[in-house]
Amino acid sequence: MGTMLVFLLSGTLLAATPLLLAAMGELIVERSGILNLSIEGMMALGAVVGFATIMATGSHWLALGAGGLAGVALSVLFAGVVLLALGNQVATGIAVGILGLGLSGLIGKPYEGMTVAPMKRMPIPVLSEIPIIGPGLFNHSLLVYLAPLLAVGLWWMLRSTRVGLVIRAVGESPESAHAIGYSVLMTRFLAIMTGGFMAGLAGAFIATVSATLWSDGMIAGRGWIVVALVVFATWRVDRLVIGAYLFGLATIAELLVQGAGIRVPSQLLTSIPYIATIVAISILSMDGRKMRLNAPASLGRTYNSTA
Amino acid sequence: MGMAVTAACHLRSADAGPPLLELGGVTKAFQTVVANRDVSLAIRPGEIHAVLGENGAGKSTLMKMIYGVFPPDAGEMRWNGETVVLTSPAQARKLGIGMVFQHFSLFESLTVAENISLTVPGGVARLTTRIREIGQRFSLPVNPVALVHSLSVGERQRVEIIRCLLQEPRLIIMDEPTSVLPPSGIPALFDTIRELAAQGCAVLFISHKLEEIRSLCHGATVMRAGEVVATVDPRRASASELAHLMIGREIPHPKRSAPTPGRDPVLELRGLSQPSDDPFGTGLHDVDLRLYPGEIVGIAGISGNGQKELAALLSGEAVLDRGRRDLVRILGSGCGDMDASRRRDLGLAFVPEDRNGRGSVPEMTLAENALLTGHAQGMVRRGLIERSRMRAFAETCIREMGVRCTGADAEARSLSGGNLQKFIMGREIRLKPKVLVAAQPTWGVDVGAAALIRQQLIDLRDAGVGILVISEELDELFEVSDRIHVLFRGRLSPALGRAEATVSTIGDYMTGGFLSPDATEARATA
Ligand SMILES: Nc1ncnc2c1ncn2[C@@H]1O[C@H](COP(=O)(O)OP(=O)(O)O)[C@@H](O)[C@H]1O
Ligand SMILES: [Mg+2]
Repeated sequence: MGTMLVFLLSGTLLAATPLLLAAMGELIVERSGILNLSIEGMMALGAVVGFATIMATGSHWLALGAGGLAGVALSVLFAGVVLLALGNQVATGIAVGILGLGLSGLIGKPYEGMTVAPMKRMPIPVLSEIPIIGPGLFNHSLLVYLAPLLAVGLWWMLRSTRVGLVIRAVGESPESAHAIGYSVLMTRFLAIMTGGFMAGLAGAFIATVSATLWSDGMIAGRGWIVVALVVFATWRVDRLVIGAYLFGLATIAELLVQGAGIRVPSQLLTSIPYIATIVAISILSMDGRKMRLNAPASLGRTYNSTA
Repeated sequence: MGMAVTAACHLRSADAGPPLLELGGVTKAFQTVVANRDVSLAIRPGEIHAVLGENGAGKSTLMKMIYGVFPPDAGEMRWNGETVVLTSPAQARKLGIGMVFQHFSLFESLTVAENISLTVPGGVARLTTRIREIGQRFSLPVNPVALVHSLSVGERQRVEIIRCLLQEPRLIIMDEPTSVLPPSGIPALFDTIRELAAQGCAVLFISHKLEEIRSLCHGATVMRAGEVVATVDPRRASASELAHLMIGREIPHPKRSAPTPGRDPVLELRGLSQPSDDPFGTGLHDVDLRLYPGEIVGIAGISGNGQKELAALLSGEAVLDRGRRDLVRILGSGCGDMDASRRRDLGLAFVPEDRNGRGSVPEMTLAENALLTGHAQGMVRRGLIERSRMRAFAETCIREMGVRCTGADAEARSLSGGNLQKFIMGREIRLKPKVLVAAQPTWGVDVGAAALIRQQLIDLRDAGVGILVISEELDELFEVSDRIHVLFRGRLSPALGRAEATVSTIGDYMTGGFLSPDATEARATA
C-alpha cells in the first residue's frame, strides 16, 4: 500500500510537470491572442533534440536547453507565417505541428529504443524524510519543483506586471494596443517564442527525465491535452495548475488500475484521464461571464497591422 | 500637471500668438477613397478648435494622422513651428498630443488604473491616487479599480480623458466626444473642456452637432468630402450657415402629413415584465404598447432605462417562454418565443443600436451584410447565393442612402459609424417590412444624412408600415413621431400625441413624472 501511494504521488508529479510547462507557454501565447496548435509537434521535436543532445553530451541540462531551443526554432517558422504572412493560425499551427512530428521521427531514427540514465534527483532536506509524502513529493529532479514555482511567477507576471498587462491588452484588442503605441507584432512574437521554448522543454523533459528512452510518437497526444488544458482552464494560471496535476493523477491512476488487473476495456481506461480532467475543469469554469472576462477576445484572429 | 497655468491668461482669446500645431497640404487615400485632400489647419495654445463635417468627411482620418496612427501620403505638419514627421502615437504623446478616440481604445478586461498604466508611466498603485486627484480637479469622477467592462459609456469616456490629462498634453484631440453621451452628460464634458483650455491646453473638438460647436469653440475648420471648405469663427456664424458649409446645401426638413393609422395593431406588448439578462441592465415592468400600421411611435428616455432590453425582446434576441408568447404580438400573432429570423419572416425589420456586431458583421463586405437580412429578397435561389442580385441590392442601398465607401466589396468595419448606419437603415427599409423597429436610427449620423433617414421613415409610414423609433434625441422624435412614450426605469409612460408632447412634459416623464404615487419611491432617488 505504502509503495503504491509513493508511486501514485511521484508518478503524478512526473506526468504533470511537462504538461504544466508546455501549458504555461501556450497560455502566454493565447493570452497574446495567438492560437498555436503546433504544440504536439514542438514537444516531439524538443524531445528528440533533447534525446540526441544527451546521447552526445550526457548532460540533462544541455538536453533540456537544446529541446527548448528546438521549440523556439519551430516557433520562428510559425510566427513568421501567422504574424508576417498573415496565415490562418489554425491551419498554420497544424501544418507546423505535422512538420515537427515528421522531423522528430526522422532525427530519432538512429535512437529508436535507446535509453539514457535518469536525471539526478534533488531530495529536499527534512521534507523528503517524511514517510510516503517525502519520497512521493520531495525526491525529484529540480524541474519538478520549479514548474509550480514558475506557475506562481506567471500568475504574478500576468496580474501585476507591465509585461503581463501588455500581453493581455494585445490579446484583447490588437487594434487598440496598436493605437496607443504598443508593438503588437513584437509582443506576439516574443510570446510565441516563449511558448515554443516551453513546449520544447516539456518534450525534452518527457524524453530525458520521465521516460528516459526514445521511441517515435512518444508524445502521444500530450500536446493536444496541453491546448485543451489552457482552454478548459479559461486562460487562468491557477486552474491550469489544477488541471495539469489532475491529468497527471488520472494518468497514474489508470496505470495502477491496469496493473491491479481490474477488467475494464483498455480504451475506456485510457480515455479516463482526458474525461476526468475535462469534467473537473468545466465544473470550475461554469460561470460563463467570468470565462468571457478571461478569454483573450482576439484569439485566433488574424491581425494586419498595416491596414 | 505641467500645463502652463500662468501663460493661459493672455492666450485665452486664442487669437494671439503663433500656432501650436499647423498642418499644410495633408493628403491621405485609402485604396480609391481620398479621405483627406490638401488639408490645412492651425490651432493655438488655449484654443478650442472645431473640426466640423459630415460623416465620412475625413475628420477621424485627419486626427489619426495628427496622433501618428498612420502617416499622411503627402503634406506637412509643424509643431511649435518645427516640421515633425510622426511615425507612432508614442511619438505624438511625447510631443504633448493626446487623443480621446471616437471608438474607445480601452481594454475591457483590465481595470481603469491598469488601462491607464499602459500609456502613462508610473505604477498602478501610484496612478490610482493620481486618477482620483485629476478626477476631482476636472470633475471627472471614476473608480480607478473598477473593471472597464462594468463602466457606462460616459464613464469610459472620462477614463479616456483622464488618461490624456495624466500625460500633461498641450493638445487634446476629442473625436466626437458627445456622440456617446446622454444629453445630460454633455454640459459636464463642456465644463471640463473649457477648464482645460483655460489652463492653456489646445483642444481639437470633432463634431457634426452645430449648436455644440457654436457654444463651445473659438475657431472651426469645416470639411466636406475630404477637403477643407472654410475656416470660420463659429461664435459669429449661424447654425444654418455652418450647416450650409458642411453639407453644401440647405438642411432639408422632412415633410410630413397627418398619419392615417390602420385599425389592427401590427405590434403589441401586453403587460410585459421581464428581468434583464445583463446584471447591470434594467428589467421591464408591465409594459403596454400598441403600434398601428401607418404611424410612427417614438420611445424617448435616457439610455439605460430599459431601451436595450425592450429592443432585444422586440427583435427576438431575447425570447420569452412558450407560455408567455402572447405578451409580444406581431400582426396579431403571439411571437414572444420566436427567434429573430422567424420574426423577420412575419414582417419585422429591426435596426439595432449597435451597428458593429449586431447591425452588421464588421469583417464581412457590405454585399454580404446585405445578404444577412435580405436573403428573402431573391438573393438566394435553391440555397445558392445569387451574387449579382446581392451586389445589386447592396449597391442600391449605397447609392440611395449616399453611403461613402469604396463600394459593395468594402468591409463593414472600414466604414465610419454614421456611414454604416446609413447602409443598415437603407438595407432594412428596402426589405419592405410591415413593422420596423429602429433603435437610435440616426446615432452618429450627420444632419444631412439624418434628415434623409427621417424622411424615409416618414415615407415608409405613409406606405402603411408601423414604425417604432427608440431614440435619445428629442428633436428627432418630435420630427418623426405621431405619438411618444417615455421609458423610465423599465416602465413605459402613457403615449403623448404630437400636441401634448412638449420638451417640458417629456422632460417630466423622463424623471418618472408619469408614475402613480405608490410607484414613485423610485422617483425620489432619480
Ligand atoms: N481604414 C480604412 N480603410 C478604408 N477606408 C477608410 C478607412 N478609414 C476611413 N476610411 C474612409 O475614409 C473616409 C473618411 O472617413 P473618416 O475619417 O472616418 O470620416 P469622419 O470621421 O469624418 O466620419 C470614409 O469614406 C471612410 O469610409
Ligand atoms: Mg469619425
